[in-house]
Amino acid sequence: MATEALRAPATTPVRPPRRRGGGIRSNEHVAGWLFVAPVLVILGLFLLLPILMALWVSLTDWNGQGSPFTGQVPFVGGDNYTRLFAEDGLARRDFMTSIRNNLYYVALVVPAQTVLALGLALVVNNRMLKGKGFFRTAFYFPSVTSSVAISVVFLFMFANSGAVNALLGFFGIEGPQWFADSRGVLHLLLGAVGVDTPPAALTAGGPLGLTWWDWLAGPSVAMMSIICLVVWTTSGTFMLMFLAALQNVPVVLDEASTLDGATRWQRFRHVTLPLIKPTMFLVLTLGLIGSWQVFDQVYVMSQGDPAKTTLTPAYLSYRTAFRDFDYGSGAAISFVLFLIIILLTVFQRRVMADRDEPRRPRWWRRRVPEGS
Amino acid sequence: MAVLTDRPAPPVARRADRGPRALVNRFLGYAILIFFGLVFLYPFVIQIANSVKTEPDAAAHPLSPVPDPVTLAGFERIFAGTNFPLWLGNSLLVTVLVTLGRVFFDSLAGYALARLRFRGRAGIFAAVIAVMAVPGVVLLIPKFLVLKQLGLYDSYAGLVVPLLADAAGVFIMKQFFESVPVSIEEAARIDGAGVFRTFWSVVLPTAKPALITLTILSFQGSWNEFPHSLVAVQDPGLFTLPRGLADLVSGSLGKGTQYPLKLGAALLATIPVAVLFMIFQRYFVRDANEGADKG
Repeated sequence: MATEALRAPATTPVRPPRRRGGGIRSNEHVAGWLFVAPVLVILGLFLLLPILMALWVSLTDWNGQGSPFTGQVPFVGGDNYTRLFAEDGLARRDFMTSIRNNLYYVALVVPAQTVLALGLALVVNNRMLKGKGFFRTAFYFPSVTSSVAISVVFLFMFANSGAVNALLGFFGIEGPQWFADSRGVLHLLLGAVGVDTPPAALTAGGPLGLTWWDWLAGPSVAMMSIICLVVWTTSGTFMLMFLAALQNVPVVLDEASTLDGATRWQRFRHVTLPLIKPTMFLVLTLGLIGSWQVFDQVYVMSQGDPAKTTLTPAYLSYRTAFRDFDYGSGAAISFVLFLIIILLTVFQRRVMADRDEPRRPRWWRRRVPEGS
Repeated sequence: MAVLTDRPAPPVARRADRGPRALVNRFLGYAILIFFGLVFLYPFVIQIANSVKTEPDAAAHPLSPVPDPVTLAGFERIFAGTNFPLWLGNSLLVTVLVTLGRVFFDSLAGYALARLRFRGRAGIFAAVIAVMAVPGVVLLIPKFLVLKQLGLYDSYAGLVVPLLADAAGVFIMKQFFESVPVSIEEAARIDGAGVFRTFWSVVLPTAKPALITLTILSFQGSWNEFPHSLVAVQDPGLFTLPRGLADLVSGSLGKGTQYPLKLGAALLATIPVAVLFMIFQRYFVRDANEGADKG
């Protein structure tokens, strides 16, 4: 392959007439479009067009029979959307349950993976330790494996007689039946401090079809195992991002502050952390965006069970369309999810674009509080 | 913290290397590394060990890394009792085609966006950036609709064609080509080589590192791809490995938990990417770091 670079200049100019009068330009024009054409066709056909088709389907009652683009399919307008938000019923209850589940999932996964990733990066970045390359590889490896294959492993580890419960057994703890346990962790904590029966004020009603008590359930025990899996698989990638940032922190700064008698924590808090703030922002927002997309793990490990406590919007949209054959509702859920993710992405990109223009950390610091 | 001392600066790094405090620190550092090393690697040890255990052994001693007795019954049943060989074949076919397609089409487009001047270029690039933000999971129903409509549902074409190009790959290649000096291709152009010829035999050979990165990412991505196969096919004859594996786990096999078999199948599905990772690790790592730089 590399030798061709030498051969190419040898090709003699054969057709000079073509280069007359802006020939190169128009040549480039055609070539440019030809070069991008395959990508444009594929992305247009399998990304843009389908999004428009799904937008249409989300306004219909299509049940999967025949084509959704004929006159026979009932057009229902915004009904699929209002059922998710405004009408009391199973659709709204399921959707809001999935939103609740995902919110708790985000609230645990994002901080956990960020802290773990940063901690690992700090240790791996330590100049005094040997064998760091091996550990960096080990921490990163889960990130590149198949989500389905790794879910199978965790299914085994969290099985009733699995490795996690065996490990807990060593400490005299009887582990739960992870994937059969729909109890919310917050409910369990409340139970531990003596609140066994929910107060009537919380069960009597609540916003958007769920009672306050339901909203405050916390992630279920089953969801906790999925959270463990996801934190375990994603931390490695984020660790590498932190590592890249830490390697740009000038050693001199660290040493100077050591001389000044700063403790390890002070150095981290006042020297390192401000310098890696952009990466921190990136990791947090990538985490936020990514954790609304959890699907594979739910599909393999729990299918939304037990008692719908591992249902996420992504999985609910799939299930509504492909199991209940209610494609209109499924597509509507997809679009709401799409909106959530796009808003997060736009927010991230705007803040980062602002930062990239004037490359001054201090300016960046001033920007953050507005948005986050 | 801001107190200035007029002591001459001692060699900090060396001083920190000695003394009992440094020793404790270092010991702590290794303890943390080893603890998390176990957390991140032991699940794979468990997977390997339990795939060669008997079913009662796996249920009784899930944590033990030593199978007693060692049995290949699980693997035998993977090949005799499931469609594993078929899934493997399908995965190989899809992965090879998708990887070839992505490397070729993405570098074509990346080159055009980096170097060729044509009307609409800025717009196309903006569109590529926008497309990168579209999350895959919201495309499940849309993709299903379009594949049905185009008559590609339940076919190899349906598995392969929609994945033949990806926006992130175009972005990587564009960034790379912009970093290559223009002088090389200008010489070729002046010698009269056409645009494609310049691209193919002059520019592309210089892009080897980027091509390797893209090849690896495409391979890993399409080998592990699950949601797409979920909505593109339903014929078990067209299942890829992740799809077959998911099917296996959700219990169509019946009788018992069959963990040795499932873990073994998952292990076999992990090996190709694991080997690739071991060989080309620095390319994987570089990609993650580039993510940190550009976002």
